[in-house]
Amino acid sequence: MRHLLSTADLDVAEAVRILDTAGQMAATQAREIKKLPTLRGRTVVNLFFEDSTRTRISFETAAKRLSADVINFSAKGSSVSKGESLKDTALTLQAMGADAVVIRHYASGAPHTLAHGGWTTGAVVNAGDGTHQHPTQALLDAYTLRRHLVGDGGRADVAGRDLTGLRVAIVGDVLHSRVARSNVQLLHTLGAEVTLVAPPTLVPVGVEAWPARVSYHLDEAIADDKPDAIMMLRVQRERMSSAGGGFFPSPLEYTRGYGLDARRLASLPEHAIVLHPGPMNRGLEISADAADSSRAVIVEQVANGVAVRMAVLYLLLAGGDAPTSTQPGTTNETKVDA
Amino acid sequence: MSTGMSASTDGRSDARTDGRSDDANVVLGAPEIGRALTRIAHEILERNKGGSDVVLLGIPTRGLPLARRLAARLVAVEAGLDVDALVGSLDVTMYRDDLAHHPTRTIGATDIPGDGIDDKVVVLVDDVLFSGRTIRAALDAISDLGRPRAVQLAALVDRGHRELPIRADFVGKNLPTSLYERVRVLLEETDGRDAVLIEGGAR
Repeated sequence: MRHLLSTADLDVAEAVRILDTAGQMAATQAREIKKLPTLRGRTVVNLFFEDSTRTRISFETAAKRLSADVINFSAKGSSVSKGESLKDTALTLQAMGADAVVIRHYASGAPHTLAHGGWTTGAVVNAGDGTHQHPTQALLDAYTLRRHLVGDGGRADVAGRDLTGLRVAIVGDVLHSRVARSNVQLLHTLGAEVTLVAPPTLVPVGVEAWPARVSYHLDEAIADDKPDAIMMLRVQRERMSSAGGGFFPSPLEYTRGYGLDARRLASLPEHAIVLHPGPMNRGLEISADAADSSRAVIVEQVANGVAVRMAVLYLLLAGGDAPTSTQPGTTNETKVDA
Repeated sequence: MSTGMSASTDGRSDARTDGRSDDANVVLGAPEIGRALTRIAHEILERNKGGSDVVLLGIPTRGLPLARRLAARLVAVEAGLDVDALVGSLDVTMYRDDLAHHPTRTIGATDIPGDGIDDKVVVLVDDVLFSGRTIRAALDAISDLGRPRAVQLAALVDRGHRELPIRADFVGKNLPTSLYERVRVLLEETDGRDAVLIEGGAR
C-alpha cells in the first residue's frame, strides 16, 4: 500500500487487513500506556484546506500514539491564503521531510494530484476531498459494523472476516457526501448490501452505476430491507446555496421524510445499529432520541476512527523494502525468528 | 496503492512450506523437543520455587504454542495452577527496530492473563534465539504493559550470533550455526509436525 486515496482501490484482502490491524491497534488503546514506538522518527503532516474537527484530531491522535511527529497545517493563516498553490505547498512539505501527508481538500481529486504530481515522495492519505472520497471514514464505519454485527454480535473473534450478508441503509444527502461514496464502494467490496435512501434531488446523477440500490422512501426501505445498520448522513448545508438550496422544500419536510426519529428507530430490527459520521444536525437528519439511544454507536465510531487511522499509518509507513543483499548479518530471514 | 500490501507476510510464514526439502537437516525430532520442554518446565519451577507467580508469555507465531505446552507441563507437575492464568501472548511487531527493513509485518495479538504481569515473574518463550533483537523488542513491550518482578527467557533453540547483551535462562538446545544457515522450527500446532531443521549451510 503506497497511498490511500479511495476505497475503490482496495480489494477484499487489503480492506480486511486494514480492519484486522485496526483491531490490534484498538487493543493497545485499552492499555494504561497507549503510546507505541512504532513510527518513531517519522513525520506526518496534516494538510487541511477545509474545516474539520474530528478527522484532524483523530489523525493527530493516531500519529502521536504511534510516536510519529505531527505537523498541523491548515489553510487558514498559512501562505495558502496569500495564493500559494498546492504544488508549492507540497514542495515545501517535501523539503521539510514529510513521510506522510494527510490531506483534506475542498476540491475532489486534490489528494490524487498530490500523490501523482511527483512533488512529494511521502505517502498520501485522503482525509476527505470535495464530494469524492473519505476512505478512512468508510473504513472506520466498516470496522464498527464488523465489531457489532459480525461473529455472534461481536462476541466471537472477527479477525479475517468481511461483511458478507449485512444489509446497510445509507440515508440522507448522498449527493454531497464523500462518506456515502466511500462507504458504497467499501461495503460492496466487503460483501455487504447497500441501499441508498434520499430524496430524488439529493441522489447524484449516474447513481445507477454504483453497486447499491436506491430508494426514495425511508419507511419503505426500513420495512422492506430490514437493515442491520442505518447510516445517517449529514445534510451538508454549506455545500448548498441557500437554506435548503432548492434540494428540499424546508428542513421540517426533510425531517418528516428522511429524519431518524424514535418511531423509525423502533421500526428497525432489534439488533440494528445507528451510525452517523458526524457532525450531527440534531433535529434535522437525526433526532435526539435516536442519537442518544443505546443503539447509536456514534461516539464509538470516533474511538474506532483513531484505531483505523493508526492501522492505515502503520501499513503505509512502517514497512520498507525487503533487503536485497545476501551479506551475513544484514539480511538473514531467520533473524526474524531470533 | 496496491503494491506491497497483499504480498507482505509476517516474515515467518516462509518456514511453513513443507520442511521436507532434501538439504533440510533435522537436528531435533518430536521426542527431543518434548523432552527439552519437560526439562525447561522443571527448571522454571525450580528456579522460581514453584509456579504461583509465573506468567509465560509466548512470542507469536511459534513462541505461543511452546508457551502453552510449557504451561501444560507446569500444571501437570504443580497442583493448583491453571493453564489459562499462566499463558499469554506478547506480540512485539510494533516494538521492532527493523520495521523499515522489511515489507510491512502483520501485527499479532497481545493477550495478557487476567491478573496482569505486575510483580509476577514473566518468562518469555520463543522458538529460536538468534540476534536477541526480538527479545529487546519484547522487553520494551513488557515495560509498556506493567512492571514484572523479573523477566526470564526460555528458547527452544539458541543458535548464537547475538547482537545484543541478552542470554537465555532456559535453553532447549544450543545449536552452533553459521550465519548462512537457516534454522527452522516446525510445530504440530502451526506446521503439522514437530521438528527443528537446519538448512542452507556453507556456500
